[in-house]
Amino acid sequence: MATQPAARIAITIRVNGQEHQAEVDARLLLVHFLRETLSLTGTHIGCDTSNCGACTVLLDGTAVKSCTVLAVQADGANVETVEGLEQNAQLHPLQEGFLQEHGLQCGFCTPGMLMTATALVKDNPSPSEQEIRRGISGNLCRCTGYVNIVKAIQFGAARMREQAAVSTQEATHA
Amino acid sequence: MIPASFRYAAPQTVAEAVDLLSNHADAKVLAGGHSLLPLMKLRLANPRVLVDINRIPGLDYIREDQQAAELRVGALARHIDFERSDLIRTRYPLLWDTACGIGDPLVRNRGTMAGSVAHADPASDWPAALLAAEGEVVATGPQGARVLPIDGLYIAILTTSLKPDELLTEVRVPIPGARTGSAYEKLERKVGDYAVIGVGVQVTFNAAGIIATAGIGLCNAGSTSIKARTAEAFLVGKPAAPDNVNEAARLAMEDSDPVEDDRGPVDYKRAMVRELTRRALSRAFDRARGGN
Repeated sequence: MATQPAARIAITIRVNGQEHQAEVDARLLLVHFLRETLSLTGTHIGCDTSNCGACTVLLDGTAVKSCTVLAVQADGANVETVEGLEQNAQLHPLQEGFLQEHGLQCGFCTPGMLMTATALVKDNPSPSEQEIRRGISGNLCRCTGYVNIVKAIQFGAARMREQAAVSTQEATHA
Repeated sequence: MIPASFRYAAPQTVAEAVDLLSNHADAKVLAGGHSLLPLMKLRLANPRVLVDINRIPGLDYIREDQQAAELRVGALARHIDFERSDLIRTRYPLLWDTACGIGDPLVRNRGTMAGSVAHADPASDWPAALLAAEGEVVATGPQGARVLPIDGLYIAILTTSLKPDELLTEVRVPIPGARTGSAYEKLERKVGDYAVIGVGVQVTFNAAGIIATAGIGLCNAGSTSIKARTAEAFLVGKPAAPDNVNEAARLAMEDSDPVEDDRGPVDYKRAMVRELTRRALSRAFDRARGGN
């Protein structure tokens, strides 16, 4: 038989563009790998029962609750966390949106909201309020009542559309 | 929370997965993991071996087999794949309704139909929908594959007639014929919670406008997913008149057996079976007439 079950497994995961190798317990959750093995504590643990979405990261581009994925399941995958959003000391447009529109109060849910919003806007660059509300329905916020989070995502999406338009123009003129 | 220790294997083929299940007692299959991993974290499930089928290529399909007149769904087709499928949205409104209401968007990115069917939680949406649609499953074991109807699969809560060394490799749903309508109605307290009650319905009319077949499945209305046989039998041979809808809804309520919990008392849940059956039948009738 080709595969034998193992309690410890060597994995290679690319996180925010950087490759990491580790030998992990089969039972190690992806969120603990990120927070404890890699010290990337931007990804939060909220409910720990697959409800709240505070631990949301992108796994090969798909938003997932990292408390409900094993680290070994991410072997060979690209993982993006909130730490990877800022580029060249420039906030990501969605981060800028949360800043400008006061899209957070305590901020605990924000990393998960940002990662869910990143995947949402990638699929749908001009989401309606309804589409945003539906898209973030797996991410719980206990402070804001969601009004400013929706505005923040609309702000970020609009800025991303502007940037895309500018880079298309530049490409056309080049 | 961290699950208890287990050993993990990620087979590359179905045969290898079945081998692993045969050779290791107390092994569990890991697909989407959004039922199993939470149970393991709460130590309500403690498998010694996890067989992760996510690395087996070619199991994520949703396609029609015209010769068999069936929709065929691979073990790794996720809820989101149904939500995004034009085929499902246009031809299988029951399945589309169901997929769009499961858990929340992040759960739907991972969870699978086949995993939900095999998990046998009476609070899962897919089994109720598939009981209405007369679905079947393909169980692949060391002796090969066998096909069994989902009606009869459920023995008790979280318990199916699948053998420990069988992998549920495919779900099959008959392609709906002409004059068929279907719908799934779900009442939930909030996004991500289990249904208070869910009702799946599929009806086919004959050319004279009489109900030729009726399927009704109930979610979270008993200790297993329930096929509301009395209500189904009542509808066959009758026109889609309001009195018949009301009587079928009442019979579906009688077919249900909910328990009191923090989602409500028994009489409330029974009343919701009745109301959701009424709504699902009305929508299914509209859709059978070409509405959406």
